[in-house]
Amino acid sequence: MSYIKNITDGFGTAATGMKFTLKHLFSPNVTVQYPNTNPYTEISAVDKIPDRARNRLLLDPDICNGCTSCARACPVDCIEIDTVKVIANDPDQPTLSDGTKRRLWLAKYDINFAQCCFCGLCAAACPTEALKHTTVFDYCTYDVNDLLYHFSTMTPEQIAEKKKLLADEVKAKAAAAAAAKSEN
Amino acid sequence: MNETKKIIEYSQIDSDRMRINVGPQHPSTHGVFRAEVEIDGEIVTELVPHIGYLHRCFEKHCEKRNFHQIVPYTDRLDYVSSMNNEWPYIMAVEKLAGIEVSEKVEILRVICAELNRIANHELCVATFGLDCGAFTPFLWLFRDREFALAILEKLSGGRLLYNYFAVGGMQKDIYPELKKDIKAFVKRVRETVVEVNNVLTYNKIFVNRTANVGILPKDVALSYACSGPVARASGIDYDLRKNEPYSVYNRFDFKTSVIREGEERHGCVGDSWNRNWVRVLEMEESCKILEQAIEILPEEGDVTAGIPKKVKVPKGEVYAHAESPKGEMGYYVVSNGKDIPERCRCRSASFVNLACLPDIVRGTMFADMIVILASIDIVLGDVDR
Amino acid sequence: METTYYIYNLIANSTTELIAAVIVAIIPLLFILPYALVAIYGELKISAFMQDKLGPMRTGPYGLLQPIAEVFKLLQKEDITPDAADKPLFNIAPVLIFVGSYAAFAVIPFSSYFAPSGLNVGIFFAMAISSLAVIAIMMGGWSSGNKFALLGAFRSVAQIVSYEIPAAMAVLGIAAMANTLNINTIIESQSGWFWNWFLFGGQGGIEKIWVIPFTVVMCVIYFISSLAECNRTPFDLVEGESELVAGYATEYSGMKYAMFYLAEYANMFVAAALITILFLGGWSSPLGDILNGPIWQLAWFVIKTMSIVFLQIWVRWTLPRIRVDQLMFVCWKVFLPISFVCFLAMALARMVQ
Ligand code: SF4
Ligand code: SF4
Repeated sequence: MSYIKNITDGFGTAATGMKFTLKHLFSPNVTVQYPNTNPYTEISAVDKIPDRARNRLLLDPDICNGCTSCARACPVDCIEIDTVKVIANDPDQPTLSDGTKRRLWLAKYDINFAQCCFCGLCAAACPTEALKHTTVFDYCTYDVNDLLYHFSTMTPEQIAEKKKLLADEVKAKAAAAAAAKSEN
Repeated sequence: MNETKKIIEYSQIDSDRMRINVGPQHPSTHGVFRAEVEIDGEIVTELVPHIGYLHRCFEKHCEKRNFHQIVPYTDRLDYVSSMNNEWPYIMAVEKLAGIEVSEKVEILRVICAELNRIANHELCVATFGLDCGAFTPFLWLFRDREFALAILEKLSGGRLLYNYFAVGGMQKDIYPELKKDIKAFVKRVRETVVEVNNVLTYNKIFVNRTANVGILPKDVALSYACSGPVARASGIDYDLRKNEPYSVYNRFDFKTSVIREGEERHGCVGDSWNRNWVRVLEMEESCKILEQAIEILPEEGDVTAGIPKKVKVPKGEVYAHAESPKGEMGYYVVSNGKDIPERCRCRSASFVNLACLPDIVRGTMFADMIVILASIDIVLGDVDR
Repeated sequence: METTYYIYNLIANSTTELIAAVIVAIIPLLFILPYALVAIYGELKISAFMQDKLGPMRTGPYGLLQPIAEVFKLLQKEDITPDAADKPLFNIAPVLIFVGSYAAFAVIPFSSYFAPSGLNVGIFFAMAISSLAVIAIMMGGWSSGNKFALLGAFRSVAQIVSYEIPAAMAVLGIAAMANTLNINTIIESQSGWFWNWFLFGGQGGIEKIWVIPFTVVMCVIYFISSLAECNRTPFDLVEGESELVAGYATEYSGMKYAMFYLAEYANMFVAAALITILFLGGWSSPLGDILNGPIWQLAWFVIKTMSIVFLQIWVRWTLPRIRVDQLMFVCWKVFLPISFVCFLAMALARMVQ
């Protein structure tokens, strides 16, 4: 008896399954044809890349004050920051975009996206919201070195100049201190 | 002299047996698992598992990173249910540091964990079907899993590796349409489960392939310390959400899906079909939890407020565990008072569950070996860590 | 039966018999290649729609050129012969498997005006020649020097040889009812309206009704056996990718692999054509004499066969794979006894007539 039941079961369940697959043959499909459809605009609300998506980072060097909180928060150490102190009587009188005075020149701000794991800890740690995730995800390159992004806008000459200014100031201060000491 | 020695050696080899390497590059080993299988015709007589191809020194990494920075690393253990990996770690650190989180955070954590549990079970049922040769339900379930991932992406910003839980809160607040999205998702999951049950789970061929195959008796499951669906399919009523209700799980009405003697629909307690069935049932239970959770989820409240800049942890050690989709996931965190843990030991469910494989595979057919491996639901990131 | 050789005679009268023979032999090949492209495209698209996706969309409009692109891809690939392989056998196997399925086309009549050969034992020839695949698969699997390939080949031999028996019972039943092994005669004895098909008990009045369940069951058995002989899901244990990677074809690459691929689709067509011939009236129109010209016959034949091919694809993308011992169980303990009973009933129906 179970022999017959097994056979009827076998055919019955197969037929049920085939009924469902036939139904799906005519149901709408869900494929998103990625490079043809723009993933940012021409896509249904479900598949759209949300604004919160943690993709490539973008730094606004005008806001960043060079505090290195982000580099310290990064678990894989892929942010490299180099800063030069702004001397008191800098000829440029730099300000940040929120109007406050800039204390540190951002000589180097590199993020290596080949190492970045897009965890978002750096953006969370940033006190000024200078560093943010964008939704740009398609930026692959042929050379892995191209994934090292330089965000600092300063030219090497400018950096050298600022470094020299700082060194001069330090020297001047040291000289002044020495002078003050000898006076005493 | 050499010649005779060789002949003697050859004659001792049982020529009827064949040794095959299944993996690390094999379609059904779910990653880089290697099984050295000795087969006699089609019967597996011996299986030697080899693991470690995906070892990434998780525990060593933890000794160099501060408490916040470890969270992204926990994501990468069981990468199909990252939320559930983060949670026990966060629980451990919060317990150690004595941080209390608000109700909203707790409920949001439950929602994330259950969404991720559904996503994980969908993946597992799908690949289980695939390993039995059914390709179509595999893609239906993957399509639905995308919706779970989309919700989690909208919440956290990550699609697979969320880094959403933080010590003392959550990284980001909820978004306005969360409740609507979850309602739609739950409806979808229920529809798909019915379809997949009809096409796959109740299919006679599938039942014949998996029922009474790879039976893991209760006592063996206990002695191997199996947990999660593997243990529950063997009749062990062990679900941390019920047995040790952490977070706010005691506020939800749901059942643990245990297969008990005499209640099985097909096969017997502890076989591959029932392991899969437990997962199918758990999807429904998770749907129930989700529905209740979005009812009581408060709109107001800042979930990021409680995150300390630097986690201040007193000297001490703590073990916290939670029910991940694969089983019991636990972290043993030792702190020496600095902002970097001295030791962070991880107990992962896949690794422990996998240990019973050689025992239950012996004497089954070669094709069954694949089915049994798939029914245990391992993720190699979780096994090798 | 001079109509059978209509095309052959046409060519032979104007040229020589040799040329006619060569041309008639090439016509099926000219059919197989486009058919294989259509079938591959169809399989890709049908499976994709069943899975709620789009399938190939990039090569040509709606991915129409996808099969051609795949052929070119396979052509370009490096032709690797493993060191451990038994080279002559390894290289012969793909040719042999294609020869087997191609030769079966020799007896398949596409219309009453064209059959490459009107062999008197046509159906017997088709059965015999299509089992050549066993040898080819065994050769390929054994000579690869790969354990997965060997296992696949073992399974294949067990499977194809066993499933030939229920298939042969079905053929025997039809042969008994039609009283012949000649394919054209079998088709002609089903001419007229569709209730004259052997699926519905063949010619006869209302009193044949008792035999219809048996012939329908026989048809199902034959269909399933032919699936097993073609190594299609749910009987694709031979190449079951989740277990045996790619079975007997694991070590093949490039054009040799394409030959296996092509042979699989050709085999599918042969199996479907045989079902059409045996149970669905071959090229005869289902509507009696309506729409029954030579071209219509060709159309009917292709439509019927392609529906069976669609059914094969549909089954493949629905069902999981069966296990090797269950395969044997189904064959020897289910199909064989049932097909015996059906055979007896069909023979009885013949005697009653
Ligand atoms: S996203 Fe994470 S890994 Fe990437 S730079 Fe920020 S902190 Fe570092
Ligand atoms: S944390 Fe923000 S402000 Fe500070 S260095 Fe990084 S980007 Fe600049």
